[in-house]
Amino acid sequence: MTAAQAAEPVLQARGLTRSYRMGEVEVHALRGVDLDLFDREFVVILGPSGSGKSTLLNILGGLDVPTSGTLRYRGRDLHWSEGDLTGYRRERIGFVFQFYNLIPSLTARENVLLVTEIARNPLPAAQALEMVGLAERMDHFPSQMSGGEQQRVAIARAIAKRPDLLLCDEPTGALDVTTGRVVLEVLDRVNRELGTTTAVITHNMAIAQMSDRVVTIGGGRISHIETIARRISAQELSW
Amino acid sequence: MVSALDRKLLRDLWRTKGQALAIVLLVACAVTTFVGSMGTWRSLLRSQSSYYDRYRFAHAFAQLRRAPESLALEVAALPGVASVETRVVADATLEVEGFNEPVTARFVSIPPSGEAKLNRFHIRVGRTIVPEGGAEVVVSEGFANAHRLLPGDALTAVIQGKRQSFRVVGVALAPEYVYEIRPGDLMPDEKHFGVVWTSREKLAAATDMKGAFNDIALMLNPDASEPEVLARVDRLFNRYGGMGAYGRKDQVSDRFLSDEIKQLKSNAVIVPSIFLGVAAFLLHVVMGRLVATQREQIATLKALGYSNFTTGMHFGRMILVILACGMGLGVAGGRWMCDAMTRMYATFYRFPSFVIELQWVEIAAAAALTLAAASLGVGGALRRVVSLPPAEAMRPEPPATYHPTLIERLGLRHVASQSVRMILRNIGRRPVRFALSSLGIGFAVAILVVGWFFNDAMDYLIDYQFRYVQRDDATVTFTQPLSHDAVLALQSMPGILRVEPFRAVPVRLRAGHKTFRTALLGLSPGGELRRVIDRRTGPMTLPQEGMVLTSKLADILGVRSGDLLTVEVMEGKRPTRQVVLSATVEELLGVSAYMSQSELNRLMLEGETVSGAFVAMDRAAHGSLYQKLMRTPKVAGVTLREAALFSFENTSAEYLLFFASILVTFATIIAAGVVYNAARVSLAERERELATLRVIGMTRGEVSFILLGELALQVLVALPVGSVLGYLLAMLTASGVDSDLYRIPVIINASTYASSMGVVVAAAVVVGLTVRRRIDRLDLVSVLKTKE
Repeated sequence: MTAAQAAEPVLQARGLTRSYRMGEVEVHALRGVDLDLFDREFVVILGPSGSGKSTLLNILGGLDVPTSGTLRYRGRDLHWSEGDLTGYRRERIGFVFQFYNLIPSLTARENVLLVTEIARNPLPAAQALEMVGLAERMDHFPSQMSGGEQQRVAIARAIAKRPDLLLCDEPTGALDVTTGRVVLEVLDRVNRELGTTTAVITHNMAIAQMSDRVVTIGGGRISHIETIARRISAQELSW
Repeated sequence: MVSALDRKLLRDLWRTKGQALAIVLLVACAVTTFVGSMGTWRSLLRSQSSYYDRYRFAHAFAQLRRAPESLALEVAALPGVASVETRVVADATLEVEGFNEPVTARFVSIPPSGEAKLNRFHIRVGRTIVPEGGAEVVVSEGFANAHRLLPGDALTAVIQGKRQSFRVVGVALAPEYVYEIRPGDLMPDEKHFGVVWTSREKLAAATDMKGAFNDIALMLNPDASEPEVLARVDRLFNRYGGMGAYGRKDQVSDRFLSDEIKQLKSNAVIVPSIFLGVAAFLLHVVMGRLVATQREQIATLKALGYSNFTTGMHFGRMILVILACGMGLGVAGGRWMCDAMTRMYATFYRFPSFVIELQWVEIAAAAALTLAAASLGVGGALRRVVSLPPAEAMRPEPPATYHPTLIERLGLRHVASQSVRMILRNIGRRPVRFALSSLGIGFAVAILVVGWFFNDAMDYLIDYQFRYVQRDDATVTFTQPLSHDAVLALQSMPGILRVEPFRAVPVRLRAGHKTFRTALLGLSPGGELRRVIDRRTGPMTLPQEGMVLTSKLADILGVRSGDLLTVEVMEGKRPTRQVVLSATVEELLGVSAYMSQSELNRLMLEGETVSGAFVAMDRAAHGSLYQKLMRTPKVAGVTLREAALFSFENTSAEYLLFFASILVTFATIIAAGVVYNAARVSLAERERELATLRVIGMTRGEVSFILLGELALQVLVALPVGSVLGYLLAMLTASGVDSDLYRIPVIINASTYASSMGVVVAAAVVVGLTVRRRIDRLDLVSVLKTKE
């Protein structure tokens, strides 16, 4: 057990299940998941397509409501009311999506402003963009940027509110190796410098090496949790 | 400082500017017609009442054969009467220099001072008469303009058989004669009828009315009961040949004027409702499409911590911006329309001054209507925005569910090509969307049909009335009821081909507590020159017993065939009789009461008596015949059919057609807007799919066919649907134009349907070509690379 784990977990999930209809099919995405996330740690959630990892991340981030189960945030049960969830997302959670989900009609800076305008104690938008190395591209629209740059804008947008938890869904899934590595370096830096608890979903085993813990999911359940003895930096990764 | 979300809003609006503009224009059209019509209505109402007040338009009127002036004191003493003015009024034939046709003038007396207490006139040119001025007259402006009469000009009148010369000293307007209509006529005819004011002394001398009067006007106290006063006046006048006292609402000019002003209000509701309905539909399509394409953005905003409410409001504000632009444009347009229409009507009615008044109430009502229509249109889309779960942002949308179409299920798979199958399946997947798009385009067809329908209806009405119902060349009226000999005298005049006598009697029809003053017209049953024709069943032979009413009049009185009516005759022995209503007749112009002439003679307890005759004349003899008729002492007036036709075409018809032309302009905007929207939405939704088809080797033509084929099918379905809708809307609009003056028949020519469809098809072709250009320029790489 690491030092962080000795303390109270930031987020504590118990008995999460989730089923939903997708088109004409009933999908049981989660079948009972217990998971703790601790302060300042970097967790990688691994699993093949359809294993339920995205659903888990959505529930952890307050985007989705479980069919059953509980979620405790810093010792307080999350009620699944709309107001509670919106406040939770607005103040505590930073999201990074596989397809960036930038608003195409807004520039990089404006995409970040979207968050800083509503958060309680945000970083200045320019500083957030500097942290991801995009100080020079602030006034570009998403369509004028490469995939890697767009993803870094998304990260800047996610961290600008100084979230307690940064949740990333396949952040490098749509990127080539070199660009992907740049994005991971940014995530690594944010975790180390700001101390933001970070959970990254991926099916790329290589990324596991830069984490503190690796959670493996299959068939809607956690099959394995592994603590990494020596976490390496993103630059050292190769796949 | 503009927030990032607002910047997104502005840029999204800019990106959909074409579609947004279409909606803005539609809302503007609706608001323009609403605000414009309501504003015109209110302005005219205000102008009318200030005109009436300023020139002391009387509250009640009565005509009688002859009463001593002293009777006026008794009338003035009646409870509820504030002031009284007696007058001498007489109809006379006028000879206007250089004008060969018969002209009737209504001579109205004014006190020697030149200014009446009640029913004053407003001098436009020249002056009023002066006591020592001699044979001076003031003439009504409409008539003066029709004959270019100016102060200084001479007039010759034949008053009760005596020729008299007068000198025009002034041209005037009066609230009593806003509509200058000759008694018994359906339309004003300023060339052949005018009002002439002259001194009481002069007129009394010419009509043997010294120390007497035959017309009285009353001003009532504010708390007076009008029916009570009228009844008392009637009792007083009974001995003096009173023809029934009546209030302002039965005064001919006021009745027409108020009726027409009321009409504006019904236009103000029906037409804008149609525009708003279509605007709501377009909003529905555009917002539905926007929400569908921004599904991920909506979810992302929510994931970032924006609440459902804020996200919903973001789209709500977008709609509000569109509506606000439409409203702003519409209010400006409405002001313009209100101004133009009020000016036009004020000129038409010859108001000495007019008020243009647009109240906030109208603008607020327009805003409320627009918001109501918009919320109907976008309620669903906004609900989807609010209820979209944010987790959707992370999940790809499941592929749309397609099914084999009915044709394929019937085993006719080989009939349709792959492209046709794609079109059909796409329609099958979203039948409601397809139906709504067709309906929207159909509405464009429908509004065009309604716009042009006014032309058809007016053509039909004129044709029907003046070539089918009234087939005489002229109507001759006698100064008093005459024996049948007068008919024979007419017949013997050279150039007269046919004479059909009629008897016309002023009556008051009474059914329960409802009354209506009119002339009961007795016609000879086999008549050819003036026929009673039901619009649905054709010419009608007048029954030997009972009377026939125009259905509109039967409605006013609340009676049906078989009911008994009380007929109070205001002439001769003044009998009051119960008469059965044998039938009603659907007529388009005016409201009339008919009887067979012999039955009317019996009712009047008289022999074969006539009031005048309809005549057919030899064209070549027109000029000399007029001269002869006008100089015949017993002839009070001659009305020409051609002149009536001309005056109708120039008055009411003209104003209705102005409104119709606004409608057609707006309908064209709708047609283009709806088709453009339908095409743009399909293209935007299927850009990716179409690009994919191009990549796998389909030609531009083949790909265009898939998209444009669907558009073509939508238009194809819309054409018949729109025609039916157009007919229904025309019925609705026609029911709004339903006055004593005229009714509009729902007559729509095939050419109207054809041109309406033509405009929509043309709009569709233009839009189709624009879309085709966009398909041709589809950037395959970029469309396929990025997810929208």
